[in-house]
Amino acid sequence: MYTQGLDQAGGKPQRRDALESAEQLAAFQARIDADEKIEAKDWMPEAYRRTLVRQISQHAHSEIIGMQPEGNWLTRAPTLRRKAILLAKVQDEAGHGLYLYGAAETLGTSREQMVQDLLDGKAKYSSIFNYPTLTWADIGAIGWLVDGAAIMNQIPLCRCSFGPYARAMVRVCKEESFHQRQGYDIMLTLARGNATQKAMAQDALNRWWWPSLMMFGPNDADSPHSAQSMQWKIKRFSNDELRQKFVDATVPQAGFLGLTMPDDKLAYDDESGHYRFGEINWQEFYDVLAGNGPCNRERMATRRKAHADGAWVREAASVYAEKQAARNAA
Amino acid sequence: MTEKNWPLYEVFIRSKSGLSHRHAGSIHATDDQMALDNARDTYTRRNEGVSIWVVRSDKIVASDPAEYAAFFEPAKDKIYRHPTFYDIPEEVGNM
Repeated sequence: MYTQGLDQAGGKPQRRDALESAEQLAAFQARIDADEKIEAKDWMPEAYRRTLVRQISQHAHSEIIGMQPEGNWLTRAPTLRRKAILLAKVQDEAGHGLYLYGAAETLGTSREQMVQDLLDGKAKYSSIFNYPTLTWADIGAIGWLVDGAAIMNQIPLCRCSFGPYARAMVRVCKEESFHQRQGYDIMLTLARGNATQKAMAQDALNRWWWPSLMMFGPNDADSPHSAQSMQWKIKRFSNDELRQKFVDATVPQAGFLGLTMPDDKLAYDDESGHYRFGEINWQEFYDVLAGNGPCNRERMATRRKAHADGAWVREAASVYAEKQAARNAA
Repeated sequence: MTEKNWPLYEVFIRSKSGLSHRHAGSIHATDDQMALDNARDTYTRRNEGVSIWVVRSDKIVASDPAEYAAFFEPAKDKIYRHPTFYDIPEEVGNM
């Protein structure tokens, strides 16, 4: 998840692409069609490699930036138990980022390079993390909806054609389930609380519902690069298919909470067996991606500051390692 | 001082006694001890292991995927190494 089907087509063709023969490309596609996994050192088209580096690094960046909205409530969690849980969750997000940087590195791009691209604003991360967490209920809504949407998208990625990415996703998915459940647990507690608590849960749902639907990326008709990713089996389901699955799963869950989705067009369609929902505000989506969401500047400033503030630690660790190595050699 | 890139380590985890170590992923660290600590924090937050090996990625010697056909060829035509190669009458039974 967290890649939204944007900017994934592997960029513009480059000179090295021209060196790939039709036979090589056909043999590669035949391996994919036979459901073989591609491993890091195997031959692969440069466009496949670029697509994956971009997608996996965007995914990793999203995990890292994603620590911020939740980190905002670490010191204000309502109980010690909730605080310990949230700490564990935020630590998981850092771990997910590391699994994913590791998977992307197997393709020949260094972690330092990817991190630099993020800090320079050249790399994207998911639009969802540019929204603020105004109340404690937002932590519940994020776990339930944002991590729920991530699960919808990530489960198929466990079967993606690139082995290191697929294996990282298996690990991520196991942990993501805890995230989703702890979120729903927060919502459940608030929904069963007093009127103010229930109103807080509804308010968080109102603010997170539409941005969560945007997480799946543009409508299929506006997602021209998806076809290639599908052919390469990096992507297994279309944006709209996954979004529909998410809506179908979460609407009854909201009903159980006694909360309502902020969409007056939302209705169950007997014929198709799906919930139909209103039009997403795509202008908002593109504005957030372009850097103009409520928190884009704050998120990037925080990340850059954290990186700069950590420079002395990285430097000290390198010097210490050198000193130890010199001592051991002596 | 300019920042140096930290070396890459591959991480192998034994999930419980009696099983082999298995590749889990990779991490960066400045030295071996930090590699072990980082591997623990990254890959065993939920009791996934009882033992961890870390090894510098650049110390691993690997076969070349492009050459795999020729490399593994010597094993291909020795089907007599498999028990199913032999036709033993059914009444003899298996050991």
